[in-house]
Amino acid sequence: MSQMQEYEKVLSSSDTSVAAFEEHGKSFVKRAQHFLHSTPAAVPLIVLVLSIIIFGIAIGSRFFSSYTLTLILQQIAIVGILGAAQTLVILTAGIDLSIGVIMVISAVIMGNCAITYGMPTLLAVIVGLAAGGACGLLNGLLVAYMKLPPFIVTLGTWNIVMATNFIYSANETIRDADVDAQAPLLHLFALSFRVGSAVLTAGVIAMVLLVLFLWYVLNHTAWGRHVYAVGDDPEAAKLSGIQTKTVLVAVYTLAGLIAAFAAWVSIGRNGSISPSAAVTDYNLQAITATVIGGISLFGGRGSILGTLFGAMIVGVVSMGLNMLGADPQWKVLLTGVLIIGAVAIDQWIRKVSV
Amino acid sequence: MTEQAVLTARGLTKRYGRVTALNNCDFDLYPGEILAVIGDNGAGKSTLIKAISGAVHPDEGAIELDGKQVHFKSPIEAREAGIETVYQNLALSPALSIADNMFLGREIRKPGPLGSWFRMLDRPAMEKRARDKLTELGLMTIQNISQAVETLSGGQRQGVAVARAAAFGSKVVIMDEPTAALGVKESRRVLELILDVKKRGLPIVLISHNMPHVFEVADRIHIHRLGRRLCVVDPKQISMSDAVALMTGAKKPPEDALAA
Repeated sequence: MSQMQEYEKVLSSSDTSVAAFEEHGKSFVKRAQHFLHSTPAAVPLIVLVLSIIIFGIAIGSRFFSSYTLTLILQQIAIVGILGAAQTLVILTAGIDLSIGVIMVISAVIMGNCAITYGMPTLLAVIVGLAAGGACGLLNGLLVAYMKLPPFIVTLGTWNIVMATNFIYSANETIRDADVDAQAPLLHLFALSFRVGSAVLTAGVIAMVLLVLFLWYVLNHTAWGRHVYAVGDDPEAAKLSGIQTKTVLVAVYTLAGLIAAFAAWVSIGRNGSISPSAAVTDYNLQAITATVIGGISLFGGRGSILGTLFGAMIVGVVSMGLNMLGADPQWKVLLTGVLIIGAVAIDQWIRKVSV
Repeated sequence: MTEQAVLTARGLTKRYGRVTALNNCDFDLYPGEILAVIGDNGAGKSTLIKAISGAVHPDEGAIELDGKQVHFKSPIEAREAGIETVYQNLALSPALSIADNMFLGREIRKPGPLGSWFRMLDRPAMEKRARDKLTELGLMTIQNISQAVETLSGGQRQGVAVARAAAFGSKVVIMDEPTAALGVKESRRVLELILDVKKRGLPIVLISHNMPHVFEVADRIHIHRLGRRLCVVDPKQISMSDAVALMTGAKKPPEDALAA
């Protein structure tokens, strides 16, 4: 009894003031760290601008022409769209190794439906989108309800979908001319507009609009905030009342759907529909764009605008080195440097709270 | 106590495989009080709290809120019924802003087509309400309501979590070890917050290992031992060492302890 009252007396005389926290003088580096922490797309944007300037100086007006710069955009449209899908998944602290092959099988399904089975092209597109969404849904269900690690799930579906693609298509390419003759709608995203020497394709515009749309959804809707919360701390998200499983399934399904949309864009860009595109490392390119764009592989951090910049960085570097006549392996090497640099910067920015 | 209890539990039992976490446990919370729950590690305090906050489904037993039997399938249902919980890990998303965190899972949308068609969040309204709540609870040191939670100090984070519970809890606020990870100064703030919440008429369940804190703010102490309520004591009539003796089994509870 007496012991307790003594204790209370000490307490009442000890501290009644409101907790105050000292502001330490911040150095420039600290302030930069805080700025980057609150503006995650700034790093890739700075790198993008720097790389354009560097190659511009090295190559001259040939590189700075609006023709070259818009050509870069055309080259990255597919990877940019896949990167947007990958971003959604990585924001939930997952990874999707299967989106590249989901794109290829969706393209094959769209082509087969429209040309081999003679369906109306619009219906063929819808079937293709549904197929992509279904693959994503499978990933999502396995991740959310079976609680399997996303890396393993999508490594499995990557192989399953790739094999299905080759078995189903018998590795037969649908020729450009056949698509043009029977299903011109599949070439919709090849439409191009000229503004002076700048050439914009519908695919490029679709990529930019898609990224802007997803940026809005991620930052200004409750669902978008939930995607971040699930990736940031799934346990906290669950206790805060978020249906984490539903969010995960929706994210993977949407990623599959976007991959199928990329398929439509890729038919426009490539002309023909080739099942053997499944061996191209589209998924790794998409992951590269996402990581260089500053999306944290640990989830919950980064802006989807960064992914767009990340894809552009890769496009600028490869075009620039190409125009300089460098060995293509230099592009691969530089990409590797950029990936490690991006992750290192991500780790540094994370330390802002410590 | 002749008042009707806000929250009661009778005969709660929960087993995890061969481990019994709750063994025919009872629980009562009366209006406007601070009820502390103390017990050894592994006594089943957390399971009891999870059962009444909807995170765990008891195998047996009944829970009543305001005299009506409830069966929470998830923490969301408990929240909708007016039971807010401040978890030990705070359940905050570090990368999201203070306002986003306070409204996580119950966001406010813009009025009109912007909200209903474009599902746009009403950030200004959320930030204003978040700011009002923090001010109401005296958390004036947070300058920027849109800063990420991870940039806050431990005490401030705790304050945000308590403010969230106080803002939305309409029946009961449960706090699991709210001062465990905090320094003296921050603990002080959180204890004041708890008393502020009590002043606003909300009953509070406080789980803590910190005897001085428990004895300072609690109106009654529920001593948990071996998966059940051993006794309920009045902190003004018992010493801290007796409470510890009861909870560790060094002392037998007095005959009338349950009536306290």
